[in-house]
Amino acid sequence: MRNSFLIAKRELGSFFSSAIFYVITVVFLLLYSFIYFQILNFFSFQSLQAAQVRGMDLGLNLNDMVIQPAFHNMAVILLLMIPIVTMRSFAEEKKGKTFTLLLSSPIHLKEIVFGKFLACWGVLTVMILLSSYSIAFLFMIGRPEIGPALTGYLGILLMSGCFVAVGILASSLTDNQIVAAALSFGFMLFMWVVGWGAQAAGPNIGPILEYLSLIDHLERFLKGIVDSSDVFYYLSFMFFALFLTHRVLDSNRWR
Amino acid sequence: MIEVENLSKFYGPRLAVNNLNFTVSQGEVVGFLGPNGAGKTTTMNILCCILPASRGTARICGFDIFEQSMEIRKTIGYLPENPPVYLDMTVDDYLQFAAAVRGVAGKKIAAAADRALEKCGLKDVRRRLIGKLSKGYQQRVGLAQALIHDPKILILDEPTTGLDPLQIMEIRKLIQDLASSHTIILSSHILPEVSQICQRVVIINEGEIAAIDSLEGLTASLRKTERLRLRVRSANDDVLQSLKALEGTLSVQQEDDSAFIVESPLGSPFQDKVARLALDREWGIVELSSASMTLEDIFLKLTTEEKELAE
Repeated sequence: MRNSFLIAKRELGSFFSSAIFYVITVVFLLLYSFIYFQILNFFSFQSLQAAQVRGMDLGLNLNDMVIQPAFHNMAVILLLMIPIVTMRSFAEEKKGKTFTLLLSSPIHLKEIVFGKFLACWGVLTVMILLSSYSIAFLFMIGRPEIGPALTGYLGILLMSGCFVAVGILASSLTDNQIVAAALSFGFMLFMWVVGWGAQAAGPNIGPILEYLSLIDHLERFLKGIVDSSDVFYYLSFMFFALFLTHRVLDSNRWR
Repeated sequence: MIEVENLSKFYGPRLAVNNLNFTVSQGEVVGFLGPNGAGKTTTMNILCCILPASRGTARICGFDIFEQSMEIRKTIGYLPENPPVYLDMTVDDYLQFAAAVRGVAGKKIAAAADRALEKCGLKDVRRRLIGKLSKGYQQRVGLAQALIHDPKILILDEPTTGLDPLQIMEIRKLIQDLASSHTIILSSHILPEVSQICQRVVIINEGEIAAIDSLEGLTASLRKTERLRLRVRSANDDVLQSLKALEGTLSVQQEDDSAFIVESPLGSPFQDKVARLALDREWGIVELSSASMTLEDIFLKLTTEEKELAE
């Protein structure tokens, strides 16, 4: 564990001392904020309309109409941004030949993989939590429920953990960062939409595809439900991707 | 200290290293010599537990490379061909990181980094980014990284490639200083380097050991004849014929327009004869020198011998 933290610490240092972290964070926050304020604007427009139609309960509420769609959009932006965060993790080490330092050190491969994962996930957690200003703002102007907002963040963090694990797996497959980014983006998007195949796949395979889809598990978190099966899905997804990363790196030595 | 037994490595179907056997004892400086692609780096990677061997094994300080790789990693300092330096870190940060991953205990890290900086002459650049340093300094940082945990064994893969002559001298000096307190394996395809630094040479060619010996031993075993170079002002066929006709000549080759290499049995005072002949015939001696085998010749001979036989 100490070694994983060492790797993570170095990785974080390199994130924060280079432009990558700042550029990605600023782009993420700008995109998110723009979309967020469009959602908020739409909500206030609808509220105005509702106020004119007396006696009609349109079921307007901040949780359903602002926080939930905001999280959905955040997930899409993350889908686009995470490959950029993770693509360097192993590809750069291999290209820059610095991987030999780690491989010839008394550290286990799994500690290296876990350290890389921690660093990328840590960076994303910082990035994602910075967006919480928007939710805090809602508490100043209205009375949304805090529960679904918190579980929403939990869901988003777990989902981005899966993205990170996939990104690191892709990065371990190649020494080219662009290839790593393309692979991880492709795979993430596939895991996102795989549930759409459920109908065509029929009653046997359909539910499996639905279960596999990354985004379906997010839905319940956004509604404020923490279902242990969803948490288990995300954790096992991460574990499996990191396990594959370990296998890939280990098999590289044998070839 | 290092015992290598029947070590082989396949990359897919390709045999990169075939059945290596050698030992290195404590305090020795051994040179790995071979053309590019001979299997030097592969062998070093196996010894550093980066790559697993396909067959055979090696023991380092009594530890097996398969079973006890973590112990071995603690006793070896490795400088790969490209120094494994993070260009976006400062020298100080990098060395502290290297010390930590090499297993130096937390409290001793600062002292270890200081010692490595001192040894490799990096004190002046300790706060600079490695990416901004010259290739020579980056190489030194790589060497400092290999020294950081005070390993008993140093494995250096072509430590002087890509450096300018002055930097090469500095690095060599550094390695010579280190030789007094470490067991060193050093690979190179630059022969003078090996002859300067190493006590013993392992010549590898196409994955196999072509020779293991001290430099003197190698020269002696391969030098079966005396060779003289004669350079004259007026070279013509007559010179060639006369030299061939000289008593005791084994062979004469024309080296270029004006120079000839005369081969004679070991120990015969042949210079006198050749000189007298040249003076008598008024060829005009420009140069008469011993053209005995250099390490280059030995190397070429050993690494091309088998091909000649095959042809």
